[in-house]
Amino acid sequence: MSVQFTVNEEPVELDVPGIRRLLDVLREDLGLTGTKEGCGEGECGACTVLLDGAVVDSCLVPIAQVDGHAVRTVEGLAPRRPDARNPATPDNLNLLQRAFLETGGAQCGICTPGMLMAGEAFLASGQAPTDPAIREAIAGNLCRCTGYTKIIEAIALAAARREAPG
Amino acid sequence: MIEPPLVSPDTLSAAYRLLAEAAYRPISGGTDVLVALSGGLGAPPERLLDLWRLDELRGIALDGDALIFGALTTYAEIRRSAVCRDLLPAFVEAAATIGAAQIQNRGTLGGNIANASPAGDMLPVLLATDAVIVAGSVRGERSIPAASFWTGYRQTALAGDEIVVRIRIPLVADRQVRFRKIGTRRAQAISKVVIALSWVSAAPAEPWRSVRLGLGSVAERPIRATATEAFLEGRLPTSDTANTASVRVAAEIEPINDVRSTADYRRAVTGRVLYRLIREAGDW
Repeated sequence: MSVQFTVNEEPVELDVPGIRRLLDVLREDLGLTGTKEGCGEGECGACTVLLDGAVVDSCLVPIAQVDGHAVRTVEGLAPRRPDARNPATPDNLNLLQRAFLETGGAQCGICTPGMLMAGEAFLASGQAPTDPAIREAIAGNLCRCTGYTKIIEAIALAAARREAPG
Repeated sequence: MIEPPLVSPDTLSAAYRLLAEAAYRPISGGTDVLVALSGGLGAPPERLLDLWRLDELRGIALDGDALIFGALTTYAEIRRSAVCRDLLPAFVEAAATIGAAQIQNRGTLGGNIANASPAGDMLPVLLATDAVIVAGSVRGERSIPAASFWTGYRQTALAGDEIVVRIRIPLVADRQVRFRKIGTRRAQAISKVVIALSWVSAAPAEPWRSVRLGLGSVAERPIRATATEAFLEGRLPTSDTANTASVRVAAEIEPINDVRSTADYRRAVTGRVLYRLIREAGDW
C-alpha cells in the first residue's frame, strides 16, 4: 500500500503493508529510533507519538490509518527554527526536554520519549498545569524509575516557563 | 509481526461489497486487533478490512428521543461530547475509565462492541440503557438489541458479512444511570468487574421501575442480572433493598478465577458495589 504523510513536518512516501505498525515504520523503515517499543500492546505508552497532535500508541496504529496525516515524534521536539518560546541553545533541546533534564525527569530513558510526547500534548492543550491534570495526561505512560514525581515537576516547570518566556 | 493484507475502502458501500465477497477481519481503531496480531494471540486473520476512512460511521447526534453514535466514535469523542455529557453522563464516565488518552484517541465504541470481550467497559452501560446496535451489510441494515447481541465468549449476533454501523441509545425521562468499574488502578486497567445500573423514578420517594443491571467480567460475555433486576423492580432504595439485592446478585452471577481476579472477589465486590449504588441513590 502506498502511503503519504508527514513526520516532523517532512513529507514521507512509502510503499509498505497497510497493517504495518506506525512504530515499525518509524523505527525500521525511517530509521527514527527515538520512539521506543515497550510492551507492544498499548499498556506502557513508551511508543507514544502525536498523530495530528493527539497522543497515540504507535504500536497500535496501522500505517494505513496514518495516510494523509501528520506524525510528530521525539526527534521533532528539538527546535529547528528557534523562536521566543524555544530559543536556540547549545544543547538544542526544547523547553520540555530541558525541564526533564533539570528536574531529573529522565532516568533510564525508556519511557522518556513517550513521556515527552504526552507532556508536549498536555502543554499544547493549554490546560492549567495542576497536579491531577498532569497525572491524567501521563496516565497512559508507565515509568519504573522516577516514581513520576520528577516527571510531573518537569511538565509543570515547562508549563510555567511557557506562560512566562525568559 | 505477521502482516496480513489490508484494504482501506473509502465508502461504506465499498466496504459492504468487500465483506460480501470474502472473509475479512474488520479493524477500526486497532487497539484490540493489533494487540492480538503482534502478540500472536490466536490464528491471524487472512485479510483485514480497515474501517477508519468510513466517515459515514462517525459522529454523535441527538435524534428525537435517542442518542445516536457512529460505530467509529472514539472514547475521546464521547468524553468531549456536550450532548452526551448532558443527556448520558454515565456514558462519558465509562469512556473516561478506558485505558488512557492514547487508547481513548483511537479505540471506538463499535470496536468495543464487535470485539465482544467479556471485560469490554462500555458494554454493561449499553445493556443498562437498552441500547440498540445497528448492523449493516450489502443486504441492508438491521437492529439488534444489546441484550441479545453478545451470544457467547467473544461471540456476537453479527453475520460474517455484517459490521456495526451505529448505536442507538433511547433517552428515557426520569431514568438514572450509574456506572462503576473495578480495576487494579485508575488508568490502563482491564476490569475485574464492571457494573451499570439504571432505573426510572420521578422522585426519590417513588419506587424504581424498568430496572436494568448490566455486568461485565463476571461471565463469558457481558450480561444482565435479570433475577436481581426483577427483585429491584417496584422497590425503594432502602437499606433492606440494598442488603437483599447485594446477596441476590452475588448468587446470580457465575464468575471465574483468572489472571485479573478470583471468582470469590468478583462475587463479593459485585454485591458490595450494587449495595453502594443503592445506598447512594437512597441517600442514607
